[in-house]
Amino acid sequence: MSTQNRTSTEDEYDILSQHYGGRSRLRQTLAAQREIFRGERLGQIGLLLLAIFLFVGLFAPLLAPYDAQEKLRTDDGEIKRMEAPSTEHLLGTTRLGRDVLSQVLIGTRIALIVGSLGAFMSVFIGTNMGLISGYFGGWTDDILMRLTDIIYGVPFLPFVIVLVVILGPSLLNVILAIALVQWRSTARVIRSQVLTIKERPYIEAARAAGGSDVRVLYTHILPNVLPLVFLYGAFSVGWAVIAEASVSFLGFGDPLSVSWGKMLFTAYTANAIRTAWWWVIPPGLSINLLVISVFLIGRTYEKVSNPELRERE
Amino acid sequence: MGMKEFVVRRIGQLAVTYWAFLTILFLLFRIVPGDPTTMFVAQGLSGEARKEVIENLGLNEPLHIQYVDYIFQVLQGNFGTSFQYREPVAGIIVTKFWNTIFLMLGAITLAYMIGILGGALLAWWRGTDREIVGLLATLVARSSPTFWTGIVLIMVFVFWLKWFPAGGIRSVGADYNGFVDKFVSVDFLYHVALPMLTGAIYYMATPTLLMRNTMLEILNEDFIKMKKAEGLSQYTILYKHAVRNSLLPIVTIIALVAGKAIGGQLLIEVVFNWPGMGRAMVTAVSYNDYPVAMAAFFLMGSVVILLNFAADLLYAHFDPRVTYE
Repeated sequence: MSTQNRTSTEDEYDILSQHYGGRSRLRQTLAAQREIFRGERLGQIGLLLLAIFLFVGLFAPLLAPYDAQEKLRTDDGEIKRMEAPSTEHLLGTTRLGRDVLSQVLIGTRIALIVGSLGAFMSVFIGTNMGLISGYFGGWTDDILMRLTDIIYGVPFLPFVIVLVVILGPSLLNVILAIALVQWRSTARVIRSQVLTIKERPYIEAARAAGGSDVRVLYTHILPNVLPLVFLYGAFSVGWAVIAEASVSFLGFGDPLSVSWGKMLFTAYTANAIRTAWWWVIPPGLSINLLVISVFLIGRTYEKVSNPELRERE
Repeated sequence: MGMKEFVVRRIGQLAVTYWAFLTILFLLFRIVPGDPTTMFVAQGLSGEARKEVIENLGLNEPLHIQYVDYIFQVLQGNFGTSFQYREPVAGIIVTKFWNTIFLMLGAITLAYMIGILGGALLAWWRGTDREIVGLLATLVARSSPTFWTGIVLIMVFVFWLKWFPAGGIRSVGADYNGFVDKFVSVDFLYHVALPMLTGAIYYMATPTLLMRNTMLEILNEDFIKMKKAEGLSQYTILYKHAVRNSLLPIVTIIALVAGKAIGGQLLIEVVFNWPGMGRAMVTAVSYNDYPVAMAAFFLMGSVVILLNFAADLLYAHFDPRVTYE
């Protein structure tokens, strides 16, 4: 909940920032990430799952036994319509004789692209909104927060559908539509965190030493909200993947690419859910596992940014 | 800041948000690539008829006049005529609006029932294997896209077990008299069961996890230890004392959960052929029936904005420390 009181995390942050603050931030940030996942069983499972998806996404064309879009035929020229799983087709075929396993493997790419790009864009916008709003306060804060309220009034999925229909059904438009709404939750959370951080002595010290606003904001405040940024980044990946699958399931996705949502759209409109479980279960399960993996990773970051949770478990 | 001032400012904010939403809606459907009139004038009309329709709709006016006109029309509930049904949009959409609302209320009620019981149990089972299984189950439910959950439920309960109908809101030939009769009947329950369950599975994570967190706090408090010392049974303590005191936070977020549900529910409506607003919007967009699409979008946004408003007031009412910040 964005309204949750997070002041108890302050000490934690101070220690972290003293420990890791300073030069060669990237290396230290990475070291900090490793620290966060140490001893976190579920978080590690999440990382492992995500690594598998990344591997599949990178090497999908090599791993896929068939061309995902090819209409496969038997030796005597018949199209292999909705064949149940066999050694030849491990997950069976679709109504147009396409190999389900190959489609699932190739579909990983779209999910990963949408997840990473969509999450990056939402978190990029949201983090900057939150930083600027919380740091400067006053009318800047008022305007940015009213804008956030307005976006909170927009129903997410209907908005994405309308925008994609108007702009045209391409993958980039789907991602853009998702990011245009999704930044709102990151913005609110980052802002409330910035409000507590900016009161701390070392921030005042940095300002007194002549640091410009931009410098203070991005080298002293940003590193302190990073765990929260990663947490919302992980959630955003999950939300974006589900949103893209939903849009594709409704038939508004990119018509040229193979995605999990579109596979389910084809299966549903072909009335195949009555019989062809092998066509329905794998893409849905893939969405499920990918989203679970990022939620597990996010949960690990949540424990860092909210130590109360850690004490309880 | 007093409660009164808070409410007044929040109402002002509501007006601004609502105006902005109406403007976004206007821009979305007018400032589009190509000729916006194609979005509002049915295709296949002769040149003369087309011109007449454009003039009737005021689409030949300058944009700012169209804008003012649009605001007044929408606020009066006038959304024009559907291309697909050749009827006023308002009449078509009202029935669908209530179909959507009742499905949503059912799903959220069920999600809350599962959430309160499940969250309490998870807190009680803290540190055990059962807790981990329960948490993972919540996570799995939250990570499944609703349309897929719906399809899997149809595969199991409709095609395999044959317990429920595959979709729709009532059996062919079923008749009803009036509003209440329509939503309070065995036939309606029979049809609403699966879509309601689908929604509940997706929405239950939020109340479950919040309930669990609050319960963990409450269970640590002294009065619970007192009850334990009094020798009351586990379940009496859990359900009679701890649960009752943990309900407040999850009650205050009902409006937020509902606000998120209203837009996402269109997937469930499509999968189960539920004649609601969301499905109407999807069909309308596919048939280029923009007046219907716009009205559905308008109603969904209005519900979200009003629910966000209600959520803030509820929060302020129950937790007076909340101020305008």
